Amino acid sequence: MPDSHDLSEVPRPAAAGVARAGVGGSAAGGGETSRPAVEFRDIDIAYGKFVAVRDFSLSIRKGSFVTLLGPSGCGKTTILRSIAGLVDISGGQIMIDGRRVDDVPIYKRNIGLVFQSYALFPHKNVFDNVAFGLKYRNVPKPEIARKVGQALEMVRLPGSEKKLPSQLSGGQQQRIALARAIVFEPQVLLLDEPLSALDANMREEMRVEIKKIQKETGITAIFVTHDQEEALSMSDRIVVMNAGAVEQIGTPQEVYETPATAFVADFLGKANMLAGTVSKSDGATAVVLAAGQTVNVVCPRPLAPGSKVTIVVRPQKLSVGAAVSANRLSGRVVSASYLGGSAIYEIDVGGKTSIRANAPISGRVLREGEAIDLGFDPEGCVLLDEDGQRIS
Amino acid sequence: MMGVGRMKARRKEEGRWAWRLTGFVTLCVYIFMFAPIAATVILSFNASMFGGFPMTGFSLQWYAKLMGNEQVLTAFRTSLWIALVTAAATTAIGVVTAFALVRFEFRGKQALSTLVILPALVPETILGVGLLVLIKAVDQPRTMLLLVLGHIMLAVPYVVLIAQARMVGIRRVYEEAALSLGASRFSSFREITLPLLIPAVVGGALLAFTISFDNTSASLFWRPAGVETMPTQILSMLKISISPEINALGTVMILVTVGIPLLGGLILQSLTRLKRRGQPKEEAR
Repeated sequence: MPDSHDLSEVPRPAAAGVARAGVGGSAAGGGETSRPAVEFRDIDIAYGKFVAVRDFSLSIRKGSFVTLLGPSGCGKTTILRSIAGLVDISGGQIMIDGRRVDDVPIYKRNIGLVFQSYALFPHKNVFDNVAFGLKYRNVPKPEIARKVGQALEMVRLPGSEKKLPSQLSGGQQQRIALARAIVFEPQVLLLDEPLSALDANMREEMRVEIKKIQKETGITAIFVTHDQEEALSMSDRIVVMNAGAVEQIGTPQEVYETPATAFVADFLGKANMLAGTVSKSDGATAVVLAAGQTVNVVCPRPLAPGSKVTIVVRPQKLSVGAAVSANRLSGRVVSASYLGGSAIYEIDVGGKTSIRANAPISGRVLREGEAIDLGFDPEGCVLLDEDGQRIS
Repeated sequence: MMGVGRMKARRKEEGRWAWRLTGFVTLCVYIFMFAPIAATVILSFNASMFGGFPMTGFSLQWYAKLMGNEQVLTAFRTSLWIALVTAAATTAIGVVTAFALVRFEFRGKQALSTLVILPALVPETILGVGLLVLIKAVDQPRTMLLLVLGHIMLAVPYVVLIAQARMVGIRRVYEEAALSLGASRFSSFREITLPLLIPAVVGGALLAFTISFDNTSASLFWRPAGVETMPTQILSMLKISISPEINALGTVMILVTVGIPLLGGLILQSLTRLKRRGQPKEEAR
């Protein structure tokens, strides 16, 4: 996990960085170290009456890999296209390397773009595809040949210059597309769901490859995906989006382990959401009645008894059987799947709540219908208030 | 068991007859379609003075006579020029219109796309009379320019339709990719969109050429006094007699209107093949 200070100049509120509207006050901040590679200041994007993105602010440090993650229609692709200049913003400012680009046409923005559908020019061979951007930058011919050769080397497809896109597999086409987007050393590399058209094996391979190339070249990359696994494994920083707004900005670990909202908890991984009522709270811990049983959770500020909360626990943070040390809940196994090193249990607690636990196996795997004890540390969970915002 | 076998046999028998009938009908349709063409071509080589069967011998005399017929040659040249200008202008207009209709959103787009197609739906005679009436109303003479403009009007809908169909299939990401790589809008059209449109461009040009080259009824209304195109020339020759010369002329017409699109298709095919083979070599330098 990369150091968190290495990532972005956005002043992150609290540790986990709850970033709702207006985080972009960062403008003044970024000066002393280096200018952010890309900066959004209060971006609004609307199509007629439909607001696709509202009040989006983000500052991206040079050389970092930032992922916009969210369900389809959340505005992530729209944001990406607005950097490229393929979508007009209705309000706010976009800066690339300190230069305002709102009015700069796309072909003068110097950005590399990789599409989900590769978009290699079907009538041009690999060489001409990769050389395209260099040609429009008036690079001399021998230089073009050298750079194209280097780029193809980098994507591990040397010698493919003469092939036509139709003669390449999907994975190869996407590599050529990547080579084409980085060969002219753009200021930012934009990747619009580049892996979703590939089959599962190829996807994993390309994930590693893209990340490796990004590191080698030190290029600033903005990656759009709806796949949480891709986001968690590749990013320095993840921007979780929903319905045109930012839900949370943070490192993969931050967004996964301390989700800022119910949406983030639900979207990233399969979190257990236990609805409960506060029965006692003293400013350090809270006692919550959930699924008919009492649990203790860490809570830095006092809550009024009776207030509704949601406890978010990751399946991996739950212990079962003898390993349970705190917050013991008893339930019944609904289903169990054996995964070798661990087992996933679907557990019914109190007849209404279903909890998923992923626990290492000690002894035997419990079977359907057996009684089971499960528990979690008071620090091993996240507490959300009634509106789905994180309390601790 | 036996029953099933017999039924199978009967079905097989029925199937065979059905196929024979289908084949017979198909043959009839083809004869009906191609017999007149065949008759024209065959009779153009007839030695007889009369433009009909039976054949009395093989001769090229009607072609020779045609070559010596100054009127026919002039009409041929006129038609050729009109068709070439029409094809060029129509293709340019058609491609640009299709590009606009497919790629851009603007007010009145639906109306424009309907209006562009309209000339193909209105009967040609009506269009012929209409343009003539219009010209008379503004007190202008019938000129060659008018004739060419008329032909362009007739051919544009078809070219637009062809180019539009192709344009829809060219995904926008190609253009977006070109733009992101630094090509201006014009460059990306020239380098990406147009090459991908080439089949439609060639197809549209050939279609426009043939539409113009063998247009009869509208040309009759629009041609300036004393000017004959090939079809109107044939018509006026027919008024006098059915000379075998007309058969020869008809054969030439068939050659041009069928041959040119065929040739265009072949050229296009070999072009793409050459490109595939030639491109790697080009890159070697």
